[in-house]
Amino acid sequence: MAFSAVLTSEWTKIRTVASTSWTLATALLVTVAMGAGLCAVVNATFDTMPESQQIAFDPTQMSFSGMLFGQVAVLIFGAMVVGSEYSTGMIRSSLAAVPARGALLLGKLTVATALALVVGLATGFLSFFLGQALLGEHSTTLGEENVLRAVIGVGLYMALLAVFAMGVSMMLRNTAAAISILISFVLILPIVLSLVDATRKIAFYLPNQAGSAIMQTVSSPAVTSDAPYGPWGGLGIMVLWVAAAVLGGYLVLSRRDA
Amino acid sequence: MIELDGLTKRFGAKTAVDNLSFQVKPGLVTGFLGPNGAGKSTTMRMMLDLDNPTSGAVRIYGKRYRELREPLKHVGALLDAKAMHGGRSAYNNLLCLAQSNGIPQRRVAEVLDLVGLAPVARKKSKGFSLGMGQRLGIASALLGDPQILMFDEPVNGLDPEGILWIRNLMKGLAAEGRTIFVSSHLMSEMALTADHLIVIGQGRLLADTSMADFIHQNSRSFVRMRSPQLEQLKDVLHEAGIAPVGVPDGGALEIDGVGAEQLGELAARHRIVLHELSPQRASLEEAFMRMTADSVEYHAHAPGAPGAAIDNPARPADVPAWGAGFDAADSTRKGGR
Amino acid sequence: MIEAVGLTKRYGAKTAVDQLSFQVKPGHVTGFLGPNGSGKSTTMRMILGLDRPTSGHVTINGSPFRELPNAQRHVGALLDAKAVHGGRRARTHLLSIAQLSGIPEKRVDEVLAVVGLQDAARQRTKGFSLGMGQRLGIATALLGDPQVLLFDEPVNGLDPEGILWVRNLMRRLAAEGRTVFVSSHLMSEMALTADHLIVIGRGRLLADMGTQEFIAHNSAGFARVRAADTDPDGRDALGTALTRAGGRVLQEPDGALRVTGLELPRISDLAHAAGVRLWELSPHRASLEEAYMRMTQSAVEYTSTDDPRAELWEQDPLALPAWEDEQAAPEVPRAAFFAPPPPGAGGSPFLMPSHPGELASTAKDSPEDTR
Repeated sequence: MAFSAVLTSEWTKIRTVASTSWTLATALLVTVAMGAGLCAVVNATFDTMPESQQIAFDPTQMSFSGMLFGQVAVLIFGAMVVGSEYSTGMIRSSLAAVPARGALLLGKLTVATALALVVGLATGFLSFFLGQALLGEHSTTLGEENVLRAVIGVGLYMALLAVFAMGVSMMLRNTAAAISILISFVLILPIVLSLVDATRKIAFYLPNQAGSAIMQTVSSPAVTSDAPYGPWGGLGIMVLWVAAAVLGGYLVLSRRDA
Repeated sequence: MIELDGLTKRFGAKTAVDNLSFQVKPGLVTGFLGPNGAGKSTTMRMMLDLDNPTSGAVRIYGKRYRELREPLKHVGALLDAKAMHGGRSAYNNLLCLAQSNGIPQRRVAEVLDLVGLAPVARKKSKGFSLGMGQRLGIASALLGDPQILMFDEPVNGLDPEGILWIRNLMKGLAAEGRTIFVSSHLMSEMALTADHLIVIGQGRLLADTSMADFIHQNSRSFVRMRSPQLEQLKDVLHEAGIAPVGVPDGGALEIDGVGAEQLGELAARHRIVLHELSPQRASLEEAFMRMTADSVEYHAHAPGAPGAAIDNPARPADVPAWGAGFDAADSTRKGGR
Repeated sequence: MIEAVGLTKRYGAKTAVDQLSFQVKPGHVTGFLGPNGSGKSTTMRMILGLDRPTSGHVTINGSPFRELPNAQRHVGALLDAKAVHGGRRARTHLLSIAQLSGIPEKRVDEVLAVVGLQDAARQRTKGFSLGMGQRLGIATALLGDPQVLLFDEPVNGLDPEGILWVRNLMRRLAAEGRTVFVSSHLMSEMALTADHLIVIGRGRLLADMGTQEFIAHNSAGFARVRAADTDPDGRDALGTALTRAGGRVLQEPDGALRVTGLELPRISDLAHAAGVRLWELSPHRASLEEAYMRMTQSAVEYTSTDDPRAELWEQDPLALPAWEDEQAAPEVPRAAFFAPPPPGAGGSPFLMPSHPGELASTAKDSPEDTR
């Protein structure tokens, strides 16, 4: 079986369901709009901020602050791409057509990840330019040090988050369960862990906490002084999480009865 | 050709499929029968490598399903009408399956037309009735024009026209030399469709035999005779040592244990005019009930209830009584030939 | 007794049920047949007061469903096996319905036993298979010990034992003098269960008559004749004799002849005159399916390009080729994968009658049963 056939098939699958476009459009719009709004607010109130914050201000990261909510839509996208195969029963037709579990999984991941990466890059650049336009004199440009890396990092971050969600739902085989676990893992757990000093360090190693380092240009003393990794190191930690989720998903898919 | 070799599936302590070995041959419609919980669905899922056998193997033309290149071109299956994404149109559901196996796009429109879904090809399959979903599933099975077709309860939800259509389709495909494997609970439907039967109960093979042999071995058959010279016929039969077993209504005799051929010759020799000489067969349902009597899951019991007599499986009035032949049933129980 | 008078239901411009009048009488199992989209479900729903008729009315034992005091005691219905709250246990589900209608608690255990769910009584219905759901639905219908029972596709999801059980249950309920109204798509099953039929197509009544009568009116039976295998010329001699006498003869795959247009005694005489010994001479009645197909053609919704009726037309005695053609009986349709468009669309010999009276009058012209 030609792998290109599996890719074509997976592309048809992903483009012919409504959830793909609404989740990805939401991710893009929410991230851009919220980032723009916060940039406008910060620009208006910059002078009233404490001096320490003014020094540590990262205009690039500021324009990506909508990602806090936009990432939820990315998680839902990933969970639905896989979960809907199980909830609808389509998985049986899919596996009968492509009995090689590895090929099916790889095809699905490739197509969905590529799509998430494209949308992620668009989100990164749109958020950046709109955000910088609204930040006025506090803005930065693509030419500055680390800025281009951070903007592209938005694309990488969203793509990896989508793969993570796919791996987790492949293990759970249920969209609703996958979405609730992913959201608590990404949004709630970091907050809970940060409440206590003893567990705060653990929070650094959560996938999205580590991965979001790629979107920063200035090492902020207020936030990441304790982080034991740089932007690429953080992304590396996220990649390990993602790899583990995908491996788990593959094992479930190949070992368990469909 | 599908071959099962010692196929076994255990779920924890429960053995769903127990050392099952049989072959499904091309050119025939092979019916797959068994009570609920007999392991039919599990077996069919293992045939498609959806479930992993605990031991044993299924081979399709000598290969495992997973080893087939572009499997839809070899095996088409309708396992479950709901095995499609409801948010996708009928056309797109089939298109993505076709693309994964290198099946040309025009074939999608062809099979949709064939099953009568062309007018709703662009509608989301979520809104389909059970019958339309079933037709979509049948279309997906036919997609790769495969030599082997498997259908699990194909007539579910179809209307009489659809039932007749799928029956003729299966027979036509078998006549083209394809291998057709179909499971169903509808005995009267199976009797019209299948040439060969594989019967399982509690995961084990009970019978692997032709339809005619199965009915013959598991039920009483007799010959009905009518004649305007009834008294003479009775005398002739008496002289030949043949005793009629039943005299249902005026002018007919029922004879057990002697073939219609011999009775015809006997009547001809004694110049007796016959107005009927018809071999009567019991129904497949009756034969099936006798074979699987001790392997069903939910029995209806009604001790002392108002409808107590309800669950007593009284035979349909027009089917001969269950009588002799239980010994024959026992001898076939361990798996035909 | 269920009585519909001029029952009509329109959805916008579409008429789902059109001037339907019929009676479902006690003491019989009455089958309710029709193609998909013919209005069967809508009619059932109107009987049960779930849909309001646009005009006309339907009554149960003389009153509309909604005016029946304590309807559960009069009418039991199985419409949709999945219309049960999934989180409840089977027994709790029945108990809640029983309490609403003032039915004693012990009746709940009785009906659970009747349908064979006593061991699953404490399970949540969410985990039920289609067959178990169907049994629970039947238990619900029986709960009030009603005189009128409606079943929609009752054997759906049941295994052979369950199918036999439901069939006997319905016959037994009718034998007790109850009114049993069953809709189904399974003709072979209906032929075994129903003694009376109501057939509708496109919302209109097509037939309201006994099952045997329906089969006899809408299709022709035939005789199967087999000459002795030991006499190789016998078959040809017999075929020629039967054809000369005006019979229409086809060959079956096993060498027997399928004869229409001649009575059995006449065939016997002809064989005798031709000096042919017979090994078989058996009457065959057409199936309910065949009769139904002829009646309802042109009233179906989704049609395959490969029309199943093509086979039936070939069996039509009027279209049979003469014996000399040596045509084999179409036991197995040779239709290819993609059969050409069927004859069903144009020039079909059977027209849908506009009212049942017309059917009865045309039926007189059809060939008599060979018996």
